[in-house]
Amino acid sequence: MSGLYSSPSHSLLEEALSFGEADDAVYLSSSRPKAALPSGGGGGGGGSGTVVLIEDCVETNGGFILHHLIKRALSPNRPSDVVVFVSFAHPFSHYDRILRKMGCNLSGHRENKRFIYHDMLSMNSPGSVRDGIEATDDLLMTLYGKIQKAVELYSSPEGSKHVTIMIDDISLMEVAVNGLSNHVVDFLHYCYSLTTQFGCSMIILNHEDIYSSLEQLSPLLHLEYLANVVIKAEPLATGLATDVHGQLTVFNKGICRRNGKSKSKIRNFQFRVKENKVEFFYPGSQT
Amino acid sequence: MAAEAIIRALRDGALEGEHAPALTIEDSIHSPLSPSVFNHIIAHLFSNIFTSKSQPQGIVLVAFSRSPQFYAELLQSKANDVTSLNQWVRILDCHTDPMGWKTRLVKNGIIANPSVEIAAPVSLCENVKDLDKVFSSIVELGREFVKDKKGRFAVAIDSVSEILRHASTSSTASLLSNLRSHDQISCAVWSVHSDLHEKKTLSALEYMSSMVGIVEPISQTTTSQGSNYDNLPLMEQNFVRGKFSARFKRRNGRIRLMLEELHVEPTGIKFVPSSQDDLISQSLVPKVQFNLQLSEKERNDRAKVVLPFEHQGNGTPIQIYDGRKSLNESNRENKDYTVHKQTEDAGRGEITYFRDSDDEMPDSDEDPDDDLDI
Repeated sequence: MSGLYSSPSHSLLEEALSFGEADDAVYLSSSRPKAALPSGGGGGGGGSGTVVLIEDCVETNGGFILHHLIKRALSPNRPSDVVVFVSFAHPFSHYDRILRKMGCNLSGHRENKRFIYHDMLSMNSPGSVRDGIEATDDLLMTLYGKIQKAVELYSSPEGSKHVTIMIDDISLMEVAVNGLSNHVVDFLHYCYSLTTQFGCSMIILNHEDIYSSLEQLSPLLHLEYLANVVIKAEPLATGLATDVHGQLTVFNKGICRRNGKSKSKIRNFQFRVKENKVEFFYPGSQT
Repeated sequence: MAAEAIIRALRDGALEGEHAPALTIEDSIHSPLSPSVFNHIIAHLFSNIFTSKSQPQGIVLVAFSRSPQFYAELLQSKANDVTSLNQWVRILDCHTDPMGWKTRLVKNGIIANPSVEIAAPVSLCENVKDLDKVFSSIVELGREFVKDKKGRFAVAIDSVSEILRHASTSSTASLLSNLRSHDQISCAVWSVHSDLHEKKTLSALEYMSSMVGIVEPISQTTTSQGSNYDNLPLMEQNFVRGKFSARFKRRNGRIRLMLEELHVEPTGIKFVPSSQDDLISQSLVPKVQFNLQLSEKERNDRAKVVLPFEHQGNGTPIQIYDGRKSLNESNRENKDYTVHKQTEDAGRGEITYFRDSDDEMPDSDEDPDDDLDI
């Protein structure tokens, strides 16, 4: 089917993530010490000061959105973007393999210092388990110190890069700190303070269904309040289908600024994960 | 009306021997607009302080969820110049380094943490868990612009939800209670995300506030099973529009409810009269044979009646007294007074009458002398 709905494969997600044309104006009028922020960071989920929360569930893995956003941040037409990646979920080789199929050389970017990878998997191993709240605090503080150090390095006037902090994923981070979810929210608050201090942005992945029994008082809500954009990945309501793998709902709350708010929007569309790319389309527009 | 009444109450501040008026702003994730309402109210409060129309002589902002730069820029746009921020605003920064991590990391030489230039005076709080310290910092900051003993200042806390994450309900309640009973604090404003806390915590906050403003979604779009995606346009509406209901607690225990609609616009937020207002007041009244309410026409007719003691048709506009006279008004009054003196010589008496503010129904059971300080 062609016509009204036919569009380049990922533009639906791009459109849903963007904050409208006013976004670039924010950069120019911003009173941050850095005079010129790289315009490459504009127009999208990688934009300055944004927090994107990806919520997935057991039936539909949201990891592909993260891969897609890594690829977008490291694409050749955004030369001034740097990704600081904190992984609790997979080793580097996992991301390297997937991104290579998508046409993005992660090892190369790692050597060029555009992809800074923090391996937090070792934190989970029994040998390094330390208990006590203070130890947890120290652990998160040390990790935060590493992140801020990287952000300072690349956001400095000499570096002048747009940094995106990515965390995969929050639930495993909670496991790593022995289930103290409040400490994880503290950590995320600190990362969030970097987005206003240095104009970087943040993309985090979390699972929705593991909090379902906690009802209202969940730490997930804290994250939802923190985020400008929430992306929910869910299976189709009608059950499994061969050529549709699930649906995405993007809640774009807009950026709140002192003189008002950019336009908020909600988009819902379906996706199909292919070997080397993801296709996004409106329901019913795929034959 | 509701938002205006709140702003007026905050402007008028505390009476001698009473607690300061306090406002709780609540919202939920389906219509997360309490930050917008909070910004709207502190901006108005600041303009009142700036034009010295209000009892508070300055405002202490406790920033938890937003950076101090954000608030400095917000208030600067109201004031036009930087010096006025120095004069009337102090910010207690609980956002940048709430647990002291950054300070410790700087000490260990791991990060440099360059400071950002902010237009308003900011003091950093490095341990938000210590609420006694937070309280004494707020009072200390407030005393900086209150010169004489009788002066008062306003306190605004942008997120009690953040405090509750670090401290227990009882210690949070004690902080807020100490604030509103402090004799140099004129009024207090705080906002909270209602769905992050238990009902009892919220009730504790509401008991301590003389006004509660609640932002609710205009349309209920979610079911217990989660979101219903057939209603995307309606859900989108909830990000920019909301029902704003305000509950005022009078000193004599009377509760007044007001309902308004809230629109977020590119330039700020706007309150419009709620279309459902009449509907609700009617449904509350039991069904009876005779008329309890005035019809629209009857209300209009009554508004047109000029009371015998109001000046009738002598050209001067009718002045409505809304709680406080501003400076130029009292000047004019003096002038009027001299004119009156001349006429008095001609052997005529005259009654000068200011009609009271219109937000109360004339024949309500309210004690008309409630506000008098006898």
